[in-house]
Amino acid sequence: MSGFVIGRLLHLVPVLLAVTVLTFLMAALLPGDLAVVMLGDQATPDKVAALRHDMGLDQPIWWQYLHWLAGVAQGDLGRSFRTGETVIGAVAGRLPVSLELMLMAEACGLAIGVPLAIVCAVRPGGAFDRLMTGSAFGMLSVPVYLWAIILIYLFAVRLRVLPATGWVPFAEDPVGNVRSFVLPALALALGEWPVLMRVLRSDMITTLQEDYIAMAKAKGLKPSRILLVHALKPSSLTLVTVSAINIGRLIGGALVVETIFALPGIGRLLVGAIYARDFVILQGVVLFAAAGFVLINFAVDILYAMLDPRIRHGRA
Amino acid sequence: MAALDVGIDAAIGTPVRGRRIGLVTWMAAGWLVLIIAAAVFADLLPLDSPTDMDMLGRRLPPGAEHWLGTDGLGRDMLSRIVFGARVSLTVGLVSAFIGLSIGGAIGLLAGYFGGRFESLAMAGIDVLLAFPPLVLVLAITACLGLSLFNLTATIGFLSIPPFARVARAATSSVARRDFVTAARALGATHTRILLRELLPNVLLPLVAFFLLAVAVTIVVEGALGLLGLGVPPPQPSWGGMIGEGRDSLEIAPWLAFIPAGAMFLTVLSFNFVGDRLRALTDPRPGAL
Repeated sequence: MSGFVIGRLLHLVPVLLAVTVLTFLMAALLPGDLAVVMLGDQATPDKVAALRHDMGLDQPIWWQYLHWLAGVAQGDLGRSFRTGETVIGAVAGRLPVSLELMLMAEACGLAIGVPLAIVCAVRPGGAFDRLMTGSAFGMLSVPVYLWAIILIYLFAVRLRVLPATGWVPFAEDPVGNVRSFVLPALALALGEWPVLMRVLRSDMITTLQEDYIAMAKAKGLKPSRILLVHALKPSSLTLVTVSAINIGRLIGGALVVETIFALPGIGRLLVGAIYARDFVILQGVVLFAAAGFVLINFAVDILYAMLDPRIRHGRA
Repeated sequence: MAALDVGIDAAIGTPVRGRRIGLVTWMAAGWLVLIIAAAVFADLLPLDSPTDMDMLGRRLPPGAEHWLGTDGLGRDMLSRIVFGARVSLTVGLVSAFIGLSIGGAIGLLAGYFGGRFESLAMAGIDVLLAFPPLVLVLAITACLGLSLFNLTATIGFLSIPPFARVARAATSSVARRDFVTAARALGATHTRILLRELLPNVLLPLVAFFLLAVAVTIVVEGALGLLGLGVPPPQPSWGGMIGEGRDSLEIAPWLAFIPAGAMFLTVLSFNFVGDRLRALTDPRPGAL
């Protein structure tokens, strides 16, 4: 197991380094001069040159990269030249909102997908199974932002039971806070459950054909116990991986959904930074999101190997 | 929302059964033909201008004069849907084609030659896959500036890794088979083996994946349009129209739901045809 972890770690370091290079180049190779962008068109050439010198923009690009990387390693990703806020501060302030949204979405997605998958797997090819796999296929073609519009129309415009915007901090008004998350989380979950249901369903069907399930039936165990205890756990390996792979998809979805519902999360920070052409924040958020994504995938690889011995011995 | 991560969906079983081409597949293909033809011949069709405003006829409901109504600036919705299809389909088809040709070539070479080239190519691909896709698309297009060309090029570039993975997996599953060894024993060159023996075997799964990738790309383009980061106005795009319609859900919900419906039907059709093709090319009975 430790050999496997070391192997994955050795793989992780170059990927993370490459991610920093790409993120740095993206902002550094921007058309236009950052100093001019910051000072405005009216700035005198002297002032621009002075600022370029201060920011190290007159140095060769590899030197700028190393300088930036050294800052990143010490937790200094720079500060917004518009608001003066540090990147770390901006991200830390908005991260809880995005995490709350994604956790609620994943929980809702599992709450819809897992029971449906189990019921489908009991009678594969039956009427219910055909109906659900068919609707899951159709729902995969509905982008989350369409769900968001549909939910806003139904619950905020027509029924007027839930707010479409109006986030409040949890500490101020816990109920209002959760209410403001219901529609955005549901929009994400509606895009998520078909994927989760489809993987769990097909793994469940395979598991239910195993001999030990027949054995459990022969022993006279209750069907619900067989399904939930004996079959669910060995069938959920792919579900774990897919949920993790889906985090990339979820981050993208959260970005759009946060903007639509005006939730002050990381996605909104990124989109706002693009509108304001605030490239320091943009660069910081992209680096943060990519590094987070890589680390989550790393953690999932490890978790997966812990769950399934075949992986860590390289036999799967 | 899935920028460019169709791999997962493509790996999962499908609800479609039987090897017949069903009615629904014909309907999906029919919709695709209709919308592509409309987009190609948009200039020849008897449509109002998609950008001419009419301040006296704003937010008209669908009717005889304007079949799909008019938007918040009095522009004809039907015409905007058709011209918006141009943007969605151009971005969708062209960028997926970039992914198919470059990613397919990389995957084919990596799967056939293996060794150091394979490790290097796959390492590069791992790095690109390390970014949450939509975040990277947004950041790059924001840096390059908004235009149809930049949008297509960026999404095209980012769809190379998934195609390379699919092509490599398909290639390495046939590269060690007897007919390849036989071809080599007969003195076939690498080029000949790649083009005549391997390519025909990996082309169909790649084309099926291409159709699924087009669907995903249209969704991504729509997300950018919705955020106001797609093609610049007044050029219509479905995502942009959904974004504009969102502001008037109270008074004129059809402004958001008409482009949403067009996008849904198109994405569903690409998914459906792609999925059928994938099932037909997969010899395992369980895949159907």
